[in-house]
Amino acid sequence: MKEEKILLAHGSGGKLSQKLIEEVMRPAFSNPALDEMHDGAKVTVNGAKLAFTTDSHVVKPLFFAGGDIGKLAVCGTVNDLAMTGAKALYLSAGFIIEEGFPQSDLLRVVDSMRQAAFQANVTIVTGDTKVVEKGAADGIYINTAGVGALIEGVNISPQRACSGQNIILTGSLGDHAVTIMAERHGLTLPVNITSDCAPLNGMIEELLYNVPEIAVLRDPTRGGLATVLNEVASQAQAGIIINEMDIPVNPEVMAVCDMLGYDPLYLANEGKAVIFVESVHTDKALAILKQHVYGRNAKVIGQVTKDPKGQVGLRTLVGGVRLLDMLPGDQLPRIC
Amino acid sequence: MCLAVPAQIIKLQDMLATIEINGVTRQASIMLVPEAKVGDYVLVHAGFAIQLVDQEEAERTMELLKELAQYEDQ
Amino acid sequence: MKISNEEQKRSAEFFVKEIRRLTNRPLRLMEVCGTHTVAIFKSGIRQLLPCEVELISGPGCPVCVTPNDYLDMAIAYSRQKDTIITTFGDMLKVPGSTSSLAAEKAEGRDIRVVYSPLESLDIAAGNLDKKVIFLAVGFETTAPTAAATVLEAERKMLRNFYVLSAHKRVPPALNALCAADDITLDGLLLPGHVSAIIGEQAYAFLSERFSVPAVIAGFEALDILQAVYFLVKQIREGKAAVENQYRRIVKPEGNVAARNILSQVYEEDDAVWRGIGLINFSGLKVNAKYRRFDAEESIPVEVEPTVEPRGCRCGEVLRGVAKPFECSLFGDICRPEQPVGSCMVSVEGACAAWYRYGTGRWQI
Repeated sequence: MKEEKILLAHGSGGKLSQKLIEEVMRPAFSNPALDEMHDGAKVTVNGAKLAFTTDSHVVKPLFFAGGDIGKLAVCGTVNDLAMTGAKALYLSAGFIIEEGFPQSDLLRVVDSMRQAAFQANVTIVTGDTKVVEKGAADGIYINTAGVGALIEGVNISPQRACSGQNIILTGSLGDHAVTIMAERHGLTLPVNITSDCAPLNGMIEELLYNVPEIAVLRDPTRGGLATVLNEVASQAQAGIIINEMDIPVNPEVMAVCDMLGYDPLYLANEGKAVIFVESVHTDKALAILKQHVYGRNAKVIGQVTKDPKGQVGLRTLVGGVRLLDMLPGDQLPRIC
Repeated sequence: MCLAVPAQIIKLQDMLATIEINGVTRQASIMLVPEAKVGDYVLVHAGFAIQLVDQEEAERTMELLKELAQYEDQ
Repeated sequence: MKISNEEQKRSAEFFVKEIRRLTNRPLRLMEVCGTHTVAIFKSGIRQLLPCEVELISGPGCPVCVTPNDYLDMAIAYSRQKDTIITTFGDMLKVPGSTSSLAAEKAEGRDIRVVYSPLESLDIAAGNLDKKVIFLAVGFETTAPTAAATVLEAERKMLRNFYVLSAHKRVPPALNALCAADDITLDGLLLPGHVSAIIGEQAYAFLSERFSVPAVIAGFEALDILQAVYFLVKQIREGKAAVENQYRRIVKPEGNVAARNILSQVYEEDDAVWRGIGLINFSGLKVNAKYRRFDAEESIPVEVEPTVEPRGCRCGEVLRGVAKPFECSLFGDICRPEQPVGSCMVSVEGACAAWYRYGTGRWQI
């Protein structure tokens, strides 16, 4: 029997990532905070209720339309804290830099982190830098960890998804992934399509202060909307149905998907949130989201149902309903 | 293994076309449809234009579908 | 002119209603093309059709019908020194007898996913000290792109570019299916993009020899529904013609220029299809003139003995005689993240589509 190796697909956010977490990480680290399996952990320190999270960033290209690895590293962690129902406060930044990396690029990345932190109203309070030999890393990798204060009266948890709730998506899908992939695949995008990378904490905090009843918050990053919905359905043992007709995808993004054979439902986003809320609070939630630049196009895309438990269905444009499953690994450009 | 998309040729240099869909552009070879001109719609597969799209037929199909959509109303 | 979501839904309703009205007995219709299979599942068409209309996935998934020994050879080449394998993404995860290209890539072999075969030439030009082997898989839609790439390689005098051909031709396979005693089909949905190259005329034998109704179909959900409607109508009227729903792309004569390029580089050859076996003249191999581009002819390689997975019923699935869930491995031992048979590996495989889109394991 051959030794099992880690494949790229293990890092895709799909079924293989889940398998890695379930079989390797969870047995080693299992505890109540981790086992909730949310974007961030909820912990109590000396009576203070905190959210704590970490995220590593290895994007290629490092600089792209609408952002760079630095902005991504700050927004990613800030958003994870927001999705846990917390007010984001402090971040750490760890850099792993390849020997020979241009200092000017490092300055650019760091400056963009400074700006993103300013915009998100968080402080980077500690950090670390390591340099590895040429070839041992690809340019630069950044890890950020973050601490936030859980918002009083709010209880965000994937297990709280239940039948009858509406599912809100705050904007169009796939802009980030498509921006990143375009360059790799020799596509040129029009200037209006850029990464949606953005700190969502301001918008989410206002939402939570006004609608504390919000049940679940997730940001559909790696693995996209389909993966996030599957995770929630499985954690809550509820069903989910979304309507293809209501899911916003920019025509340019759709064009890239058509060219490369990708499905926008699995593409990564860096500035979108998926929100589960009771129908009585839906209009209020939408009204608040729509006032924000990152939530202008927010809309209801589906509902939580009782059955089929743990699964997600998609009502298609022509009216059929079919399973919307998680992918085993990465989407590959396919000609078939 | 037969995914292909219709796109418009917006530039042509020898056998290499720049094709466009909704503002997204990429390069495609027209070796397999050497008669293609700028402005033509072509079907693109694996980096090659493999056939010209007959715009009249495309419009006809679309019109028919729109008509059928009305049919339900009556 | 654009068609709105609402209009799409309404015209879909029209077709479904008409298909229901015209169907007066159980019908077995085969969608030959794997791209159709995916489009049908993805758009939820199976759930819209009346239960008497059964859509059966055919052998039109090139990855699925490629025998294990081809993968074993590709894997063996990837293990050779100074070799770069270029491939469409579809082939990466397909298991050979004991490994897969994805696993070899994790071992550090130089295997690169390309969108177009032409990208292989840039890679070859940038790595003149290495051999670049393109895995030339696909039907008549794709084969001309590989042939054109070989011509380009010659024009650019690239001596380090090769193809490993497993190209296949659709009409001989259709002929074999229609002639088989154990397969009954009431109609065929013909592959629109293969037809863009080979034309309507290539299917004349279907009505002449087998009197089976057939419709060349496009790939939008409405194209497929319209084509099924055409088929059901033909059956109801007792006709057996080759109709063309996809006129905007498919011309009676197909793409002559593309076929000329194809025949400059390739010649017809007997080929083995997984599940169907040897079919005369159903493959394409590089001809004598371009032999030096043929990896098999030019680069000696030792290939491990081929082992076919046990208990796997892909063969029957590919001929439409077994449904994916009738295989005891389906959904249990054989899943997309750990596939046993090729029909589960390829995105276009019938088993993968059944599994991924929930048919046979999930109902609302």
